[in-house]
Amino acid sequence: MITGERKDLEELMEVVKDFKSLAVVGCDGCVGIYQIGGLKEAESLASLLKMGDKIKNGVVQDTEAFTVIRQCDKELIEKELGGKLDRFEAILSTACGVGVQTMAAVFSDKPVFPALNTMFMGAQDREGAELYELCSGCGDCVLHLTGGICPITRCAKGLLNGPCGGAVDGKCEVGGYTNDCAWVLIYKKLKSLNRLDLYETFRPPRDRRPSIGPRKLQGGAKY
Amino acid sequence: MRNIKEGKFVFTGELEPEKTTDLTELVESAKKLLGHCVACNVTDNPQSMAYMSSLVASYVVQRDAGMECVYQLRCSDRNSIALTSDLLGAGALGIKNVLALTGDHTTLGDYPGAKPVFDLDSGQLVYLIRKMVDEGVDLYGRPIHNPPKFHVGVAGNPNADPLESEILKLKRKIDAGAEFIQTQVIFDIEVAKTFLKEMERFKVPVLIGIFPLKNYGTADYFDKYIPGVHVPKDLLAEMKKASEISDKEKRNERYDEINLEYYGDFVHEIAHTTSAAGIHVMAVAYERITPALIERAKI
Ligand code: SF4
Ligand code: SF4
Repeated sequence: MITGERKDLEELMEVVKDFKSLAVVGCDGCVGIYQIGGLKEAESLASLLKMGDKIKNGVVQDTEAFTVIRQCDKELIEKELGGKLDRFEAILSTACGVGVQTMAAVFSDKPVFPALNTMFMGAQDREGAELYELCSGCGDCVLHLTGGICPITRCAKGLLNGPCGGAVDGKCEVGGYTNDCAWVLIYKKLKSLNRLDLYETFRPPRDRRPSIGPRKLQGGAKY
Repeated sequence: MRNIKEGKFVFTGELEPEKTTDLTELVESAKKLLGHCVACNVTDNPQSMAYMSSLVASYVVQRDAGMECVYQLRCSDRNSIALTSDLLGAGALGIKNVLALTGDHTTLGDYPGAKPVFDLDSGQLVYLIRKMVDEGVDLYGRPIHNPPKFHVGVAGNPNADPLESEILKLKRKIDAGAEFIQTQVIFDIEVAKTFLKEMERFKVPVLIGIFPLKNYGTADYFDKYIPGVHVPKDLLAEMKKASEISDKEKRNERYDEINLEYYGDFVHEIAHTTSAAGIHVMAVAYERITPALIERAKI
């Protein structure tokens, strides 16, 4: 799923302070599920911007929270929010950058601002609440060669022929030896699958074009 | 490479251009190693520090000191276009050896906010060099006018755990065309021996990396801050004791003696009982130890 974290309240206050009324719009998709930008979060942000917190007073007189099943879908936005936002001077979206841009395209006459810093595609794939970046949408997936562990994303250098010399006791030099070295994970996984042949195969340089943006896709899948 | 092919046990040295435009000291260091080392590596932004170009330093050292260089080239800072262009430049400047390195991550250095590149990794850099040298073409197969001639080496890490993953990775680099291996620093001779045994099947010359300790400060820093390798406790303790000698000359003499005692036997044993092709002596700013060590080791 797409993840992110809310911008500091102070920064958001600075962005919206010149408006008298503000719609704060959540998304029930990825950010809603991870409780980063769903309806609940939109509601609490709307109230913070109106009432302020312990340190700062509120900056917007009139705020109200809404949500959309998926803010990355124009039709859904129109269906669920059509007409409801007319009275607001501006919109603050707690969706990912895709949602914010889709909202801005639908409400082309209003300023639409991001409430989140969108971070990455990832999941809570291990215990605890932490989210881990797992895929960077490189356009040329190699997971079939690497035991289902992405070296492009989970190796700090995105290496195709790791591990590098920076792996110590299975930990990566980036992040102070706290993160697992993706290539040691790949080695262990392929070994357990009895597929070290994949591990020991040299991978020539990558054609980077599939990952070079801005990218677009024809609709519909090749099935 | 010629020396290695002739079966001689060789020594290589290490030179580190820093944040300067003045290469006088580096050239002087190289001169001191003439006749003892067959070549010197010239480091490329080690630990991702923004230093003087290793290509320029290699050229100047070869020109002014007459010392053959192993031009180190990292993938951290250059994409495949820049690597190709630097390699063409290196060919024009008479560089004969390249050590292909992935390189430390940019966040570890003194420009931690720089954009990391890693368009290629060390194995892929070997692949590019082989294409240029053997086929006379670039990465995309376009012909190079007057293609360069290099020997290409890679780094190996005998301290890696699990070692098997490292050996298989080196196999990949050798498959890509690496001609020699210089290892990271080893203190434990058993680690070196195990690694050399594992590497025998590839029949690629291996130079074992050692790090003579210039003074206690260096030893202590290395032990604390270089991950994955530790200075043996006894050696560290002896260095510490030596550091308490107040007379500078006597202190340095003692440091030298400790290094010669430790590495003399180490190098002798490597040279006489293993398949290693030589020793890579990483004695940056401590050149005086290298000739003495070679003598002590009775090669
Ligand atoms: S290889 Fe590419 S597409 Fe596949 S998981 Fe990694 S980044 Fe995503
Ligand atoms: S230590 Fe492992 S994860 Fe980190 S950069 Fe090197 S290969 Fe990638």
